[in-house]
Amino acid sequence: MRELLDDLERWRAAGVPVVIARVVEVEGSAPRLPGAAMAVAADGEVAGSVSGGCVESAVVAEAMRIHQNGERRMVTFGYSDDEGFAVGLTCGGTIRLFMEPFDW
Amino acid sequence: MSDLFERFRLAMSAATPLALATVIEAEDPAAVGAKLLVLAATGVATEFVGTLGNEALDRVVGRDAEGEIAAGRSGIRHYGPAGEARERAVAVFIEVFAPPPRMLVFGAVDFTAALVSVAKVLGFHVTVCDARAVFASPRRFPGADEVVVDWPDRLLDRVGATLGPRDAVCVLTHDHRFDVPAVLGALRTDVGYIGAMGSRRTTAARRERLVAAGVEAQDLARLRAPIGLDLGARTPEETAIAICAEIIALRCGHGARPLSDGTAAIHGDPTEAITETAP
Repeated sequence: MRELLDDLERWRAAGVPVVIARVVEVEGSAPRLPGAAMAVAADGEVAGSVSGGCVESAVVAEAMRIHQNGERRMVTFGYSDDEGFAVGLTCGGTIRLFMEPFDW
Repeated sequence: MSDLFERFRLAMSAATPLALATVIEAEDPAAVGAKLLVLAATGVATEFVGTLGNEALDRVVGRDAEGEIAAGRSGIRHYGPAGEARERAVAVFIEVFAPPPRMLVFGAVDFTAALVSVAKVLGFHVTVCDARAVFASPRRFPGADEVVVDWPDRLLDRVGATLGPRDAVCVLTHDHRFDVPAVLGALRTDVGYIGAMGSRRTTAARRERLVAAGVEAQDLARLRAPIGLDLGARTPEETAIAICAEIIALRCGHGARPLSDGTAAIHGDPTEAITETAP
């Protein structure tokens, strides 16, 4: 999240709503470690990343839903895809993200 | 709750070791997202900002977070509603933000400027040190966090105790007047990487001087000299990559061979081979 701080501060100052996605767990081969983070502003601007580019567009889509409903939730991408996302990591690993509005 | 982010941001810019604990799963959906910021500045009592919604849980998670900060490790832990062990009612993501690793570069030479650039890309806090003021000017090393005019052993006397396994000392002077005291000083610390530049001949001569200064064989084994991986690097920039590649490989315990030569897990334990199962 360190690399997101400048963008988060800028968005906060401008009053732009933001959703943050953080990798909290990885299994198997996955490109980024827990702590990798990505922020999606309500206007669609994106900062950071949570994988090697495999799931970022799905994260943006989920972030847009969270911009609507304000939910905080876990989202899993990968082979053990029990939360119904048809998006996986091409490397075969699984990542679990915690996604929430940036309201803290 | 915006006070929490402000404290978080300020502590990050002050390089305070800290952890951000977030409830990511709980039986009560309203509890999800609660946060406890754990600020573990050295020399003062740990400070806690925010709450996970239960005082007992805060106490237990705060204590665990202090341990994770010391270990430099982020991950999920499970607790009962009031922090009970061996229960799984609440999942907390404890994310640790350690201050950046440090690199001390001795010798203000052309290779130094390139090494500073590559080390900054890797997130190091970089100090350049040379006893010769005419070389050690901040203008020559705009990327460095610090340019110090001093003798290497004196700088190491001041900051050596703060160096740890993630940190690096690179000795680029290849002049024994500077690099012998630099290596001797570095060997007295717990720094994870010590490398010294020089030809095979310079390296052999330095080794003799270090042995004459009383350095034991097991300490000499900590010294990477000539510095860097054998990439065939010639330019300062290529050499900087060879040095940083060696620092990464040593820290991770990997052998620095091409991945295409092996079958071990790319991100995992380097000794663990993957068995492909037939479809």
